[in-house]
Amino acid sequence: MMELGVNSIAIVAIVSVFVGAVIAIQTALNLMNAPYYMVGLATRDSLILEFCSTMIALILAGKVGSNIASQIGSMRITEQIDALELMGLNSACYLILPKILSMVIFVPFITIFSIALGILGGLAGMALTDNLTVSEYIEGIQRDFTPYYVTYSIIKSMVFAFILSSVSAFWGYSVQSGTQEVGRNSTRAVVTSCICILMFNLLLTELLL
Amino acid sequence: MIAAKNIYKSFNGKYVLEDISATFEEGKTNLIIGQSGSGKTVLLKCLVGLHGVDSGEVWFHDMEYAALSHRQRSEMRRKIGMLFQSGALFDFATVEGNVMFPLALFSGMSKGEQRDRAHACLERVNLLGARALRISELSGGMQKRAAIARAISLKPKYLFCDEPNSGLDPKTAILIDALIKEITVENNITTIINTHDMNSVMEIGDKVIFLHSGKKWWEGTKNDILDAENVELNEFVFANSLAKKARRMM
Ligand SMILES: Nc1ncnc2c1ncn2[C@@H]1O[C@H](COP(=O)(O)OP(=O)(O)OP(=O)(O)O)[C@@H](O)[C@H]1O
Ligand SMILES: [Mg+2]
Repeated sequence: MMELGVNSIAIVAIVSVFVGAVIAIQTALNLMNAPYYMVGLATRDSLILEFCSTMIALILAGKVGSNIASQIGSMRITEQIDALELMGLNSACYLILPKILSMVIFVPFITIFSIALGILGGLAGMALTDNLTVSEYIEGIQRDFTPYYVTYSIIKSMVFAFILSSVSAFWGYSVQSGTQEVGRNSTRAVVTSCICILMFNLLLTELLL
Repeated sequence: MIAAKNIYKSFNGKYVLEDISATFEEGKTNLIIGQSGSGKTVLLKCLVGLHGVDSGEVWFHDMEYAALSHRQRSEMRRKIGMLFQSGALFDFATVEGNVMFPLALFSGMSKGEQRDRAHACLERVNLLGARALRISELSGGMQKRAAIARAISLKPKYLFCDEPNSGLDPKTAILIDALIKEITVENNITTIINTHDMNSVMEIGDKVIFLHSGKKWWEGTKNDILDAENVELNEFVFANSLAKKARRMM
């Protein structure tokens, strides 16, 4: 089950580092007249508040969501789900629950990992360009840190993990017949999860911040 | 004994099964034959309760399936072994893992006993050497045989086989038929087999039911089937030229 998330670590790492660097550089360019520490601070907060939970959830919706949907969908068309049912198991619980659980547990860790790499990416961005010195950036990172933002980010990532795994499992499970439907439903899984994640992002921001 | 009484089943308003009544006897291999698309798989799935029926009843001995409570139903299902048309082996496990799967759930055996039982079942289908392979590494026929091993692992009282020997070479097909027959007699199982293989019919057709476009068209034994006066059945039975020749010689 862990493979669901583990396989995504590389892509998450790459995206986080690059986005971190880009956010830092752009902030530096846009904040010419603001105090220098704003760059590190803004990079840190946008990574924590928005990018690392929402973007990573969207990436995982594409990668893990389609995986879950097509896996469950092909179990349906190869009668594996019928076989589970016939053994007296509740196939939905047996197949879906562990996936949801492992995602809800695993995605917060990926999110924290992504925050760390994003901040490092920003550091690399500063080192490679001459907008700001590395120590000025680091000072910004350490300034006015609100621990609650991290809590908020983790809560969001757990909710998103739940959404993407359950929505994808639903689409996989509702495959009736044929490989074409497996493909169609895994696309639907990705699209629906993304939309739900974005809507819940808005809702959670209203509720929690 | 399993009895179907006036079963109707439709998908999207189109009837796939119409008024099917039949009894399937204990210790016998009961065959359901018919062309592709005639409703064999749907009938089998209605019998085991994987498809709900529109109307009609399915009786397992003196119990009507639909009237069972949730718990009784789970218990009943443990007595059912089913071989699906596609094999339906779990691709998250090895061959051995698949055969042990129902044992781990229901047998109450220790791990070692489960493994011994799984090996005995695999031995019977001549697949012991492949026990550590993943499902994707098996040929179609090997998958069929592994699925049979899984279906018989819990020593079922009712055995359902959806085309057990399609995709097998003639020799293996005969072996599988013989194996199913043997297990059926040995444990007094009620066995229901879907097939369109006339060889199987002639070998193990203790009782044969012929489905044609969702209706029961004919019923009898392998001994009556060759001289049955039924146009559709004859078309089905004598579809291959060898059987036609055999008929002319009679
Ligand atoms: N889930 C389903 N939804 C809609 N129609 C279905 C479904 N399952 C089966 N059918 C229809 O029921 C009819 C009978 O199908 P069934 O699978 O029972 O045929 P079969 O006799 O087993 O054929 P084969 O020998 O090819 O396996 C077919 O016309 C099929 O289109
Ligand atoms: Mg079929």
